[in-house]
Amino acid sequence: MNRTLGPEDIEQGIDILAAAIRARTAGEPIALVGIRSRGDEVAERVCNRLAEDDRELSMGILDISLYRDDYEHLRENPKLQESDIPFTVDGAHVILVDDVLFTGRTIRAALDALSDYGRPAKVELATLIDRGHREMPIQPDYTGILLETSRHDHVLVSLEATDGEDKIEVVEPKTE
Amino acid sequence: MARKDLLDISSLQREEIDLLLNQAVPFKELFTRSVKKVPALKGKSVLMLFYEPSTRTHSSFEVAAKRLSADVTNFDVPHSSVVKGESVRETIETLQAMRTDFIVVRHGRSGLPGMIARMTKASVINAGDGAHAHPTQGLLDAFTIKEVFPELTGKRVLIIGDILHSRVARSTSTILKRLGVEVAYLGPGSLVPKVGPENTRRFTNYEEAMKWKPDVVYLLRVQMERQDVQYFPSLREYHKVYGITEERLKRIDGEGLWLMHPGPVNRGVELCDAAMDYSRSLINQQVENGIAVRMAVLYWLKPGGEGE
Repeated sequence: MNRTLGPEDIEQGIDILAAAIRARTAGEPIALVGIRSRGDEVAERVCNRLAEDDRELSMGILDISLYRDDYEHLRENPKLQESDIPFTVDGAHVILVDDVLFTGRTIRAALDALSDYGRPAKVELATLIDRGHREMPIQPDYTGILLETSRHDHVLVSLEATDGEDKIEVVEPKTE
Repeated sequence: MARKDLLDISSLQREEIDLLLNQAVPFKELFTRSVKKVPALKGKSVLMLFYEPSTRTHSSFEVAAKRLSADVTNFDVPHSSVVKGESVRETIETLQAMRTDFIVVRHGRSGLPGMIARMTKASVINAGDGAHAHPTQGLLDAFTIKEVFPELTGKRVLIIGDILHSRVARSTSTILKRLGVEVAYLGPGSLVPKVGPENTRRFTNYEEAMKWKPDVVYLLRVQMERQDVQYFPSLREYHKVYGITEERLKRIDGEGLWLMHPGPVNRGVELCDAAMDYSRSLINQQVENGIAVRMAVLYWLKPGGEGE
C-alpha cells in the first residue's frame, strides 16, 4: 500500500527536530549543515525556528557528490553544486541535517567531506525522516519522523522551497 | 549523458558546454579549502601522453587529476620507445594492457587523439592536436570570460596573432561563438584564415580593430619553436605591429578592456613588461580556472563504452 504524508506531518517533524536540538544544546553555539539536496532546506527551516534563541547559530550547505562510494555503478555522475561552509569548522559543534536517513552512506560521505573543511569538536546528525535499513553503523541524534518501510520501498520527499509543496510519499515497488 | 572522450569543442552539444562551465564553479570553490583534494576518482588512473612539450597544460591536467585523487602516470615520450620507432598503435596497445582509465594526449598531428580514442576503452582527452583543437583551453577561456561577464551574449573578443596555425584560436573562438560572443581576428594577412567560421570580422590593422570596441583582447602566443618565425619580419616588428605596447596598454586601460593570453607569455613580443601587471589582466585566472575546468571534464567523462 502506498502512503502519503502531508504538510502538517512535515511541519510537525521540523518542530520536533528544533525542539530536540534546543533541549539538548540550549545556549551553546551550533552550526547546522544541510546536505544537498533538500537537507539544506530542512536545515534552513530548523534554523528559522531556532533563530530567536540567545546563542550563536551558523548555517552551511554541503554537496557530497564527490565523496560518494558508487562511482563505478553510475552511468552518469551526479551533478555537482557548490558547498557553502561560511564558518570555521575547526572546533565547531556541527549538526548534519538531511531529509531522509536510509542506508547511511550519504552521511558517511558527508562526514568525509566535512573533515576536509576542518576538525569539528563534535558532529551530530539530525534527519527529518528515518526510514531504517542501515548499511553503515550510523544512527541519528535527532529524528523528526520515524517511518516504517520495507527495504525496496521508495521514499519520495518534496519540500516547499525546493519542489513547491510539502509531501512525503512511500511507494511500494511494482510486483508483476 | 556522459561521454567517453573529449576531442574538440565542435562535437559538444550546447547543453554539454553549459554543464561543464557550471560544474567548474563548485570545483573552483574547492581551492579555497585547506584540503583541496576530493576522493571522486580514487583508484582511477590518468595517463599523460605528451608527444609535444608543454609545461602549463601538462601540469594543469596533472594537478586536476591529483585533486580528484586519481593516480597520474607520465608516459615520457622522448625517453620511451617512441624514439625506438614504436608506432602510436603499439603504444596504445601497451597502454590498453595497463588498464588506464583516462588518457590525456597532446600530439602535433591533427586527429591523432581521435584515432587513439577509437582504439581504446579509456576516456581520451585532447590536450592539443596540431592546428585542430585544444578543447579544455576553449572551455577555460569561456569560463574565465563568463566570470567577468555572466551574460556573454553580444560581448566582443578580439583575438590577436597567428590565427591560422593556432588550435587555441580555433577552440576558443568556436566555443565563444556558440555562447553568443562576437569574435574578431587581428593578425598578419598571411596568418588570418581567409575562410573561417562565419561572422568573424578580420582586421589587419590595430586601429580598425580597436574601433570595433572589443570587451576582451586575447593575445595568442607566438610559437617561436614552430612555424611562426618565418612569417614575421622580426619579433620586434611583431611587437610594434600586433603586440601590447606601453602605449596600447594605456589605451586598453582607458577603455576598461580585459586582457587574456594562454601562456606562457613571450615578454616583449605579445606583451610589454607593464602589461604583465595590468589590473584587468585575466592571465592568472586562466591558469587557476584551467585546473577547475579540467577537473569538471575528468569528472564528467565516463571510460568504457564505445572503445573496441
